[in-house]
Amino acid sequence: MAAQNRPLSPHLQIYKIQITSVLSITHRLTGIALAFGAFVLAYWLISATYGPEVFQTAQSLLGSWFGKLVLLGLTFSLYFHLGNGIRHLGWDFGMGFELTHVRMTGIAVVLFAAVLTVATWFAGYAVAGGV
Amino acid sequence: MDMRSHLGRARGLGSSNDGVGHWWMQRLTGIALVPLIIWFVYSAVTMTGASHAEFSAWVGTHGNPILLILLIIAMFHHGQLGLQVVIEDYIHSEGPKLALIILTKFAAIFIGASSIFAVLRLTFGGS
Repeated sequence: MAAQNRPLSPHLQIYKIQITSVLSITHRLTGIALAFGAFVLAYWLISATYGPEVFQTAQSLLGSWFGKLVLLGLTFSLYFHLGNGIRHLGWDFGMGFELTHVRMTGIAVVLFAAVLTVATWFAGYAVAGGV
Repeated sequence: MDMRSHLGRARGLGSSNDGVGHWWMQRLTGIALVPLIIWFVYSAVTMTGASHAEFSAWVGTHGNPILLILLIIAMFHHGQLGLQVVIEDYIHSEGPKLALIILTKFAAIFIGASSIFAVLRLTFGGS
């Protein structure tokens, strides 16, 4: 049988959406987002080497509504990927595989990410001196 | 029954040709990033709306350049390892797959090296 005629496994749509699969793909999506976030960090650092004006442009760009939207997404992505990454490390040690634990730690990671995202932005606005 | 050759078993490199190297490095950089990223987010928040002088001073202060460089290395290494897996999972034709993996790795090294150079320049002056 030719390689391209091999039977395929069922497509993703036939599976029921569950917290396990949703968080799994979210881990991957946030990872991809954060890889682009690394470029934002590079831009921030490199812009400063071009002097005050270029850095100021970078700061205003990051402080614009679009910049803030990107940074907000990156903040949540970061905390989610961090929390879920630690969850993955637990699995690497063979811990937390029972279905109830998987659900519990999954919900915990989402709450962790949400709470810390809000807290981080509160702190950011506090540093900037109010809204 | 083990179908592997004696040499293959002794090397323990499997079909990936690098054994658990990729897996292990992803964990190692992930663990390193936990404290580094917490430190960085805290620092970045304090740099909200900072001027060029304040930012440059922060980059060059005490252990900050070292932590920044370690963060950059761990972050870009971890990122390109992750993107490699995504590419391998979703792109099935060999040519584009290989091209994209090479592009990802070169981009990570180029942007990572540029970021490290930026940290050094801000620390030792010259801009």
